[in-house]
Amino acid sequence: MSDTVKTDENIDGDKRDFIFIATGAVAAAGAASIAWPLVAQMGKAADTLAAGSIEIDLSKIAEGQQLKTLWRGKPVFVRHRTEKEISEAESVDVSSLRDPQTDDERLIPNPEGNLERAFLVMVGVCTHFGCVPVGEAGDFDGWYCPCHGSHYDTSGRIRKGPAPSNMVIPPYTFVSDTVIKVG
Amino acid sequence: MSGHPSTYEPKYGATKWIDRRLPIIRVGADFMTFPSPRNLNYWYTFGGILTLCLVTQIITGIILAMHYVPNVDGAFESVQRIRRDVPFGWLLQPMHAVGASMFFLAVYMHMFRGLYYGSYKAPRELLWIIGCVIYLIMMATAFLGYTLPWGQMSFWGATVITGFFGAVPVVGESLQQWLLGGYAVDNATLNRFFALHYLLPFVIAALVGLHVWALHHVGQNNPIGVSAKTKSDTLSFHPFYTVKDGFAVAVFLLIFAFFLFYQPDALGHADNYIEADALKTPPHIVPEWYFLPFYAILRAVPDKLAGILLMISAIVVLFVLPWLDTSKVKSLRFRPVARWFFFIFLVFCFILGWCGAGTPDNIAIPLGDTGITFYRLSQIATIYYFAYFLIILPVLGLVEKPLARPDSITKAVLGDQSRGGAQAAAE
Repeated sequence: MSDTVKTDENIDGDKRDFIFIATGAVAAAGAASIAWPLVAQMGKAADTLAAGSIEIDLSKIAEGQQLKTLWRGKPVFVRHRTEKEISEAESVDVSSLRDPQTDDERLIPNPEGNLERAFLVMVGVCTHFGCVPVGEAGDFDGWYCPCHGSHYDTSGRIRKGPAPSNMVIPPYTFVSDTVIKVG
Repeated sequence: MSGHPSTYEPKYGATKWIDRRLPIIRVGADFMTFPSPRNLNYWYTFGGILTLCLVTQIITGIILAMHYVPNVDGAFESVQRIRRDVPFGWLLQPMHAVGASMFFLAVYMHMFRGLYYGSYKAPRELLWIIGCVIYLIMMATAFLGYTLPWGQMSFWGATVITGFFGAVPVVGESLQQWLLGGYAVDNATLNRFFALHYLLPFVIAALVGLHVWALHHVGQNNPIGVSAKTKSDTLSFHPFYTVKDGFAVAVFLLIFAFFLFYQPDALGHADNYIEADALKTPPHIVPEWYFLPFYAILRAVPDKLAGILLMISAIVVLFVLPWLDTSKVKSLRFRPVARWFFFIFLVFCFILGWCGAGTPDNIAIPLGDTGITFYRLSQIATIYYFAYFLIILPVLGLVEKPLARPDSITKAVLGDQSRGGAQAAAE
């Protein structure tokens, strides 16, 4: 072989195109399969997912008192509401709300199918940017978020300010008459 | 790296040997003799100052990483330990924290300089855009770093900022939890923030390399915006501008030293001396001062997603600025109308910062019994901010009649030689 050999003789262009595309496709698939673990490692780890549930004894919360505890790194509020607060929550015209929900829709029934209207359980995180609202504050007797001024009512529904939706109700069940399991 | 012909002549056997194999000394020598416009004023010294800032942050940062514990159980305590127990930690930790503020102070001066003298215009669009990318990564780095001391502001600042990603439609929550590595800001978040905070400064250093490369390829802009044409329009970078930069650095370090030694906490927030508590939000969350204008824009609209988009737009608009300003004249010295709109823009940037620090519902400007709230004021300032880029600059370029510009830098500096002798330079 010398430098003068013409290298473009007898080249099958279609075959080259096929090899080029096939090699490229395999390389792309390989790159994607390597990239996925590099991206997915940042997601929730198994132990984070496993640390999922807590039990709360409702009988220890006096009327008018609020329990604040951590669940999945976020605060959970359990509020033992007064009669006045319950009636305030129920008397609102639902259609006037930004995120329309009745007070009953924000409660989860016990095994007998009854609602424990006195106890409001929710994730105590403002739906705006995740601050923890302050209890018994704001224009609606419920919660007030100090970060950007969102007002929530006694059912934890957004009434005024920048937050887009009501505070989240976590999944919970009654394990007995007075104990709930969150998560 | 430079666009001027090399003048380096190796003198010794060893330097000749090196120059034939890797012309690294030549690159350095050409850098030092780079022809710079002879009329550069002190506003052009921030490039050098910012380089010093980056080096300071990297050196002090590596030292802090030797003593810092990136874990929720030890982070807060380890930073306090650095300040109290580690030899010279009282000096090095504030040097890094105050240094971050000084870095932003310098970068804002550098950017306003670019805005005033039209440094973003052809052929410097890419130079400007690389600068914008550097600024963006600086903001990311500063945010990540602010989380590390694990105080109340660290924690809640991180919660609010990562909350932005939660506002993305459909995938928001998954995206946010992927970034956090959990349901909320926690140990996984702190670990990755530390890793990324260590990485990004080196990305910035690489981008600074590109920034300087682009600068040397197209040449520096100057206060009159008229390109250097002849040899008499320029001066060698060294010693003329090394000395000028050196003096500016000394003045800058005086300001730095004032904060470092007398007010190390003045630019921070007292709540960051309280360890992070996931159950208690501080009564008033504010970002560091250098983010306040953007924070004010975020809060200027009562809708979560719209607020975030507006805040992002405030930075994106800088990237497209070279194509928004329609005027052919670079320097605002020769644009009598645009000049005043620029000064108003400057004032509104400060007003935005003031609004970002205030509580939205409080009165900013009292008028009789009531007044203008910070919320309302931030809306006015936000409107001007965007109007400046999207309406004023595009329209003004078409309708404004610019003043006569000097023919050359030499004439601007030395006056018209034909009228005899050196005349006082314009400004």
